[in-house]
Amino acid sequence: MSAILPPAERLWIRHPIDRVEGTWIAIALVWCLVMFAMMVGWHVWGKQNLSTETYRTTPEKFSAKTQAMVDKYTVRTETADKIPVVAPPPGSDVYLIARLWNFWPILELEKGQTYRLHLTAMDYNHGFSLQPANINIQVVPGFEHVVTVTPNQAGTYSVVCNEYCGINHHTMVSRLYVK
Amino acid sequence: MTTTYRTCPRSGLQFESQAEKLMIANAVTAVVFLLIGGILAIGVVLTRWPAIHWLAADTFYQVLTAHGIDMLIFWIIFFEVAILYFCASTLLRCRIAAPNFAWAAFALMLIGAVMNNVAVFQGGSSVMMTSYVPMMAAPSFYAGLILFAVGALIACFVFFGTLVIAKRDKTYQGSVPLVTFGAITAAIIAVFTITSGAIILIPTFLMSIGWVKEIDALVYRTIWWAFGHSSQQINVAAHISVWYLVAAVAFGAKPMSERVSRVAFLLYILFLQLASAHHLLADPGLSTAWKVVNTSYFMYFAVLASMIHGLTIPGAMEVSQRQKGYTKGLFEWLRKAPWSNPTFSGVFISLIGFGFLGGISGVMMGTEQLNMIIHNTIYVPGHFHATVVIGTTLTFMALTYYLIPVLFRREMILPKLAMWQPYLFGFSMYFFCLVMMGAGTLGVSRRHWDMAFNGAALAYEWPGAAYLLMALVGIGGIAAIAGGAIYIVVTVGSLLLGKRLDSGVTNPSFTAIPRTAPSLAVQTTGSMGFAAPGTFMLAMVFLLAFILYYFINWKYLSTLWGLS
Repeated sequence: MSAILPPAERLWIRHPIDRVEGTWIAIALVWCLVMFAMMVGWHVWGKQNLSTETYRTTPEKFSAKTQAMVDKYTVRTETADKIPVVAPPPGSDVYLIARLWNFWPILELEKGQTYRLHLTAMDYNHGFSLQPANINIQVVPGFEHVVTVTPNQAGTYSVVCNEYCGINHHTMVSRLYVK
Repeated sequence: MTTTYRTCPRSGLQFESQAEKLMIANAVTAVVFLLIGGILAIGVVLTRWPAIHWLAADTFYQVLTAHGIDMLIFWIIFFEVAILYFCASTLLRCRIAAPNFAWAAFALMLIGAVMNNVAVFQGGSSVMMTSYVPMMAAPSFYAGLILFAVGALIACFVFFGTLVIAKRDKTYQGSVPLVTFGAITAAIIAVFTITSGAIILIPTFLMSIGWVKEIDALVYRTIWWAFGHSSQQINVAAHISVWYLVAAVAFGAKPMSERVSRVAFLLYILFLQLASAHHLLADPGLSTAWKVVNTSYFMYFAVLASMIHGLTIPGAMEVSQRQKGYTKGLFEWLRKAPWSNPTFSGVFISLIGFGFLGGISGVMMGTEQLNMIIHNTIYVPGHFHATVVIGTTLTFMALTYYLIPVLFRREMILPKLAMWQPYLFGFSMYFFCLVMMGAGTLGVSRRHWDMAFNGAALAYEWPGAAYLLMALVGIGGIAAIAGGAIYIVVTVGSLLLGKRLDSGVTNPSFTAIPRTAPSLAVQTTGSMGFAAPGTFMLAMVFLLAFILYYFINWKYLSTLWGLS
């Protein structure tokens, strides 16, 4: 009977289904399968899929690779801290360090070109939030995440840390240029 | 053990005296944590409102940590323990199993909750609810959570034990009521959840006192979310059970189909646990197949279950209203619903908001690729305030209005104010969630003290619309807090100042639930007809909104940089 009383029939599994319910379940099930297919299908036909290529790393190893890139491809420096702006050639591996409380270095990429962007965090979890494009990736310490990116619009982007990382979290913001 | 059973003259429910005291203790403690969390919410919204930007950064993160834990864990789980005891002891009319253990559970939970709060307010534990390693809090932060979890686990086993007693004493025949069935679902999920919490929080505690050197950051995130997300699934199962309960007490509605509703609960048990993946979609190291299968609850079967409950609950109300003669058109049953009864209006506002705002946004965030445009933006709190505040908290508030005369035996004070409370609280939360999701769509970060990036050399200038939306978040938040304050005033005021009501007849033994005669509908197999056309129409509107918004997000995603 009522939802707060035991059902009248001992075997509730035999209770009939109203047509409203039956129809809705069928429609909802189809929609659920469509959504599932969409997510799988986007991996085949879509152009925005997050890479899962990951390696274990240490701050020392990752810093060394980043430093090598900075030594080779720095074009200028910015701000009072002289953060290097690095313009690596299209198709190359580019490295971005997230640490308390900055990103290092600043990357300068070319529109329509593809890069292998390596991300890691030196200490705590950080966030890679590319604005205003609004692409958000978690940056986890100990893991080197390789994301293949192809910028489709030129301009000055910002990289905002959007994982809470302590008292100066709000100052952890950097640039990324696309020419 | 001697105990007594009281039959409430207003509801006909039978309360065993030990169980009743435990329910009161747990529910009152829950409301105290809601009050603390609500006061902290003032600090959160007035800081995120850019023009006010009230608290200093360290205080803000401290307040945000405490707000999250007090609301999401302590308020809700204390209240859920009361609901579990209600669904077992009261609905099955039996004594509660091992009341001493239940009191021990209560004590552990209380000590744990206080210990955790003290740790946060001492400073040095502003690690947010998620406390991702290697960021560390004080040992007592984790110890408090662990004690609380152990207490909650004991409470779950008291609940299971009570079911056994009811079966053994034959207080009912056949199957348990649907609401109890839903509560069993919640308790099973709770056991899984709390175990996951223990697996990850115990080593983290050991790390905080220096016994363990390192915990892998990704392993922590994976297991923590099996606790963090699943604990929200306890809430879903619990508040949906309460929706069925309220449909039964406000309308005398019976479930459209016991089979459909119960199978939907079974889908929760089977698939809801997979959702920890929702939080790891933007993470490195996990395979695409793992993400896709888990984030979709294995082909969205738990979403299917929620869509079923979303239809069957208003459907049951509609069938019951139509039987009372409200048959004109598609919606007379809804227009003539008891809108001035806060128990009903609260549940209905909760149901619509949970589906339209919480449900749809949840599927967006939980879609592997779409997550990239949402992860860690303020869209995320926009979503979970729709599920946890509009869904769970508002439902529990509505249930409280029912329980004040029934369980607490007091006449409600300020009934006019109580009548408006679900509207003020519910609709301002709708607004709050919507503008937060809007700001999140523009990329604004969650858990962020200053969107102006004061002190950063390379600050990013958010678009003006983002500032406007965050100001609206502040306004909506303050309105919702006012709604919450009215709830506290009405409930606490009624408990302290309300007129005492007659307790009803007390008996030394229980009165078994009489066997219900099988209804005609059950004896004939097959369809009952198309009994709830109005609800079906609402469901179609929901589906349309869902489909449109889903593909708008894919369109937005397709304009982004190529990522592979």
